[in-house]
Amino acid sequence: MKRIALILLPYSWLVALFLVPFLIVIKISLSDIALAIPPYTPNLDLSAGWQGFKDFISQLDFDNFVFLTTDDLYWKAYLSSLRIAVVSTLITLLVAYPIAYGMARAPEEWRPTLMMLVILPFWSSFLIRVYSWKAILANEGLLNQLLIAIGVIDEPLLILNTPTAVYIGIVYTYLPFMVLPLYSTLEKLDASLLEAAEDLGCTRFQAFWLVTFPLSRNGIIAGCFLVFIPVMGEFVIPALLGGSQTLMIGKVLWEEFFSNRDWPVASAVAVILLALLVIPIVLFQRNEEKQREAEG
Amino acid sequence: MADTTPMPHEGIFAPWDDPDAVPLIRFRNVTKRFGDFTAIDDLTLDIYEREFFALLGPSGCGKTTMMRMLAGFETPTEGVIEIGGRDMARVPPNQRPVNMMFQSYALFPHLSVYDNIAFGLKRSDMPKDQIADRVAEMLRLTRLEKFAKRKPHMISGGQRQRVALARSLAKAPKLLLLDEPLGALDKKLREETQFELMDIQEKTGTTFVIVTHDQEEAMTVATRVAVMDAGRIEQVDTPPAIYEGPKTVYVADFIGDVNLIEGTATKTGEHAYDVAYAAGRDPIKVSECMAEVADGSAVTFAIRPEKLLVTRERPEDRPNALEGTIIDIGYLGNLSTYHVELPGGQMVKATMTNASRISRRDFTWEDKVWVSFRASAGVVLTE
Repeated sequence: MKRIALILLPYSWLVALFLVPFLIVIKISLSDIALAIPPYTPNLDLSAGWQGFKDFISQLDFDNFVFLTTDDLYWKAYLSSLRIAVVSTLITLLVAYPIAYGMARAPEEWRPTLMMLVILPFWSSFLIRVYSWKAILANEGLLNQLLIAIGVIDEPLLILNTPTAVYIGIVYTYLPFMVLPLYSTLEKLDASLLEAAEDLGCTRFQAFWLVTFPLSRNGIIAGCFLVFIPVMGEFVIPALLGGSQTLMIGKVLWEEFFSNRDWPVASAVAVILLALLVIPIVLFQRNEEKQREAEG
Repeated sequence: MADTTPMPHEGIFAPWDDPDAVPLIRFRNVTKRFGDFTAIDDLTLDIYEREFFALLGPSGCGKTTMMRMLAGFETPTEGVIEIGGRDMARVPPNQRPVNMMFQSYALFPHLSVYDNIAFGLKRSDMPKDQIADRVAEMLRLTRLEKFAKRKPHMISGGQRQRVALARSLAKAPKLLLLDEPLGALDKKLREETQFELMDIQEKTGTTFVIVTHDQEEAMTVATRVAVMDAGRIEQVDTPPAIYEGPKTVYVADFIGDVNLIEGTATKTGEHAYDVAYAAGRDPIKVSECMAEVADGSAVTFAIRPEKLLVTRERPEDRPNALEGTIIDIGYLGNLSTYHVELPGGQMVKATMTNASRISRRDFTWEDKVWVSFRASAGVVLTE
């Protein structure tokens, strides 16, 4: 009995905090829009008994999902999100790898400080940090002023409200999620492996490419998923930095909910996004499991 | 020992005694400092081709630093290291005719046994088909054919050790460095592997330099042993010469068991001395002493426990006999060690084979006995 009670506790948390809300979202996605509070029908009337439940079920349909296929805005937004997520994950990897490598190679007494510096931005609000990028990237912003002052350019660069600004914002925001898993695999790397590679005839670069890089594979995969999955649904960064040009599914979702007040369509968008993300999430889980196996 | 060392074309292998022999490795006045710490202190040493050379010493004596300088991972602060007549100062590790077997083995965990062994060959300009042949040869030499496809974490410690050896030998280096190669193996496997190493060294004709803190290991495998302490070489000699003729108290004490008796030397003839160790006692007579000792100087007389004979009666045929009391007996089965206290409190250890069964032993604790030895059995040390 005690054991069942122990298992029950975490499972009841999962059910209450994840499964129930998700079932509600699915239910809304199968409902129709209505001018009411809440803004959809049908609503389950428990007092009507079994007959009421049957009526309720019969009124649910897949119209919203069918609607999503009729308007090309939605699949364009999904594809655009996918492209932005893939590209920004790769850029984040390229930026994060040297940082993580440098941290792992730094003298041991510096490492906690460096780690601290990577985590430090989390101490201030994410929104404030994204807003401050607006101030940096704007036409009269700090970056353009600097570049004009040192004479690199004559006309201000148009960065804000372009996809470039979205990439800058995403890479900046998600960098720690890439740096930390990379750092933890690179730090574990036995330095004598690199000496052995050099001893066997490798140059420094070959030793990196043939030993360090393949051995950090798990960190690369973990970091990429940790960036890719949330970026797919990202809405704040494209909304604040991307202007009207950048189409992302998170932004579409937000607009459906709050501008159109079309909760059922918005829920359908969310359900499909989740279904798409299940694939990388499962792959990520399997990678983690394999890694545990190899280490255990 | 002599019949296990590799033999050149004629006679005993001893290029260090041949004035015309050209050493493969030369350390000339090499000093290495890390900040304030001097790891290697003005060291000069020659190592010859086909030698199995052991660097022996306690941890922190500088033996690993010497090996890392040979591999190219450290550069000397002062002095010159030559390999094959070439100054190695500006040669990076990947261009040296040297390979190293690491203490941790440093096998690449993401590569199979086969690819680990092939790793160095693929970096060389060897054609692909020859690489496969060479790896197969190495697998055969180290008896690893069955494990070629496995990853390092799927084989035992002893097998990993052989993969590391095969990988470092694959490129047929002029010089193989072995950093505590057997440290991670249990005693029995270690002994077997020592003989395997000697066998492989003989077959391949490679010069081996081994770093170890285990004096038995050094004595077993090496043609010559360098005993190191605090960045200096105390003595370089063949294992029998180091055991029988240590030049300093440190070496005598570091290699094997030894009895050290302090006294004053008086010259009595060609290579012969008397060592007075206690007032009112006959001095110890020493012959065949190679060291020159000034009359009246303080010396240490060193003698190995197995060179001592313990008897009830004073033996007639031995020039040195010391009377004492048995304090302790250590029974090891094949051997017994007797701790005998001489008058004045000096303790000596004597080891004797148990030629007859223990019930026949004719002395026991507290017995008065004579500890005797020949004049040539011990050495006189001045340092």
